[in-house]
Amino acid sequence: MKSRTIKVDYLARVEGEGALYVKIKDNTVVDIKFKIFEPPRFFEAFLRGRNYTEAPDITARICGICPIAYQMSSVHAMEDAFGVKIDGQLRALRRLIYCGEWIESHVLHVYMLHAPDFLGYPDAIQMAKDHPDIVQRGLQLKKAGNDLVALLGGREIHPINVRVGGFYKVPTRQELASMSEKLKWARDAALETVRWTATLHFPDFEQDYEFVALRHPEEYPFNEGRLVSNKGLDISVHDYDNHFIEEHVQHSNALHSVHKGRGSYFVGPLARYNLNFDKLSPLAQETARSVGLSHVCRNPFQSIIIRSVEVLYACDEALRIIEQYEKPDKPALEIQPRVSTGYGCTEAPRGILYHRYRIDDEGVILDAKIVPPTSQNQKTIENDLWQFIPQHIKLPNDQLTLQCEQAIRNYDPCISCATHFLKLKIERE
Amino acid sequence: MKHKPKLAIWKFASCDGCQLSLLDCEDELLSVVNKIDIAYFLEASRNVVRGPYDISLVEGSVTTQHDAERIQKIRKISKTLITIGACATAGGIQALRNFKDVKEYISLVYAKPQYIETLDKSTPIASHVRVDYELRGCPINKRQLLEIVSAYLNERKPNTPSHSVCIECKRRGTICVMVARGTPCLGPVTHAGCNAICPSYCRGCYGCYGPKETPNTSSLSEKFSNSGLNNDSIMRMFRTFNACTEPFRKESEDHEIGEAGSNKPETRI
Repeated sequence: MKSRTIKVDYLARVEGEGALYVKIKDNTVVDIKFKIFEPPRFFEAFLRGRNYTEAPDITARICGICPIAYQMSSVHAMEDAFGVKIDGQLRALRRLIYCGEWIESHVLHVYMLHAPDFLGYPDAIQMAKDHPDIVQRGLQLKKAGNDLVALLGGREIHPINVRVGGFYKVPTRQELASMSEKLKWARDAALETVRWTATLHFPDFEQDYEFVALRHPEEYPFNEGRLVSNKGLDISVHDYDNHFIEEHVQHSNALHSVHKGRGSYFVGPLARYNLNFDKLSPLAQETARSVGLSHVCRNPFQSIIIRSVEVLYACDEALRIIEQYEKPDKPALEIQPRVSTGYGCTEAPRGILYHRYRIDDEGVILDAKIVPPTSQNQKTIENDLWQFIPQHIKLPNDQLTLQCEQAIRNYDPCISCATHFLKLKIERE
Repeated sequence: MKHKPKLAIWKFASCDGCQLSLLDCEDELLSVVNKIDIAYFLEASRNVVRGPYDISLVEGSVTTQHDAERIQKIRKISKTLITIGACATAGGIQALRNFKDVKEYISLVYAKPQYIETLDKSTPIASHVRVDYELRGCPINKRQLLEIVSAYLNERKPNTPSHSVCIECKRRGTICVMVARGTPCLGPVTHAGCNAICPSYCRGCYGCYGPKETPNTSSLSEKFSNSGLNNDSIMRMFRTFNACTEPFRKESEDHEIGEAGSNKPETRI
């Protein structure tokens, strides 16, 4: 009997604290645990008793990398509860700030967290010694995303300008136009990024996933749409709880989400791409095809290319919005709270982020439920490892460990996010 | 040549945003690493250089027994220990549990409370070990982060003023939102550092940087009260990311009783 274990106590280049434990006996994998031990912070509990107006600022603090996603899902849920619909330029500005977040978050992952795996470096700083131009391009591209978030949101991390009903202050046409030159450069840099990531070496690893993402009749999804999958799911966001449940497993402080009756599913750039390729801008579609991608991609290692395609799309979309922008008369719509339950689901950089709030007549939150993308991907990440490790079992431990880490990083897991979630349903046996 | 100082970045309970601020210094990052060895920074690198470290930046608050022990070890291997952000300096938003029974929180959130290990309170790093410097903010300002690193490299005192957000508004010429529009604003009692972003976006300051030195919170509350805010709203204003700092905690508790029919959270859980 030859038994060995692979242990990574602190996974690097992921956001938050996670660990991996793999046990192998006689060249057979007998146990895999992707552990999330980031300490719980209980957001859903302390949101109770807070005013609806506070939800965007409080939930932003769940994640320093994708605060806009939390702000967007919370404001949409509140507006759903109060029967308000944001459209026109205010809606466009929300898409625009989301473009900024996708750019900064995706580029952070592509260049600084994921690419070093493919090129054999411990981090982007070491990589910069041999590839200074590439790392510089990544940093400047990330900065373009951050600049867009800061212009609309006041600052890059935990922006202050998003509110239920719209914004505190909206930019003038000139203020937005000041971003155009930078974004045109960013679009070219994103195009180069797609070409560059497509030259990396990818393990041959395709799985038959159930991809879940929003789908909107007219656009690549950010804030709105129906929840669809490649296996026939097509529901309103209001029905989320009827189709997905969260399980509490011992080795993780993040709840595992499963699709009822079907099990694990996959959210994030790869899911969006597979379900919405036709809604990408012509430039993004053309670029994807030019590097050999089709409208289907089932290899999670290639998510680095897909993220780059989404960065290209986000630059393109941001430029389109800026071009057509007219300053709205009011920065926000009037809100009248009422007794209601509101649902919101938007596309965070890492995938769908679901919020549900029950509100009383004074606008006080009675209960809250938040399901972040990483808790939805957790089970799929473990499943990938169950498939991936046997194919590479002959590798020495250090190399196998590295490959497993890379397989986890395919999902850009945000462990800080995942941990804080929680559910309100008490399991009774 | 002088040896390059070794920098470590540690994470406790937090959103990762403050350590991300370092990676958000896109223009400066590569020059910073010319002067400093990033010896431990898991969010960015799988390379780990063993301690001791010249500077440790600590993000996050202590919420588990394991973390309470870990911070002691980190202190021992750190020459200078700097806490960054509201979680590390004040316990963060997760310190809202300190006003409640954490067991109730666990069962609200997790189906199997027995799997969850957590302490009753979320506490700042300085409640556990000696801290050499505290950088405030939720999130910290990346300019201030560069300032403390640069101050360390040049052996000088960091320039991070402890006056109020009000002063920052005056400096940048922002019209006072409280005087001109009657918008409640924590600017008069909040520590500077963000450059008064909120008033420049037509909203009141909501206290991300915690209390300034010697804040007169009760006078500000009186002003809020006169302008029509009820006790519950005033309590909530002081009870966010820096709720467990002494001045904000006390002020929020003074408004906790509330008037009849107010939205006291515990009556609603």
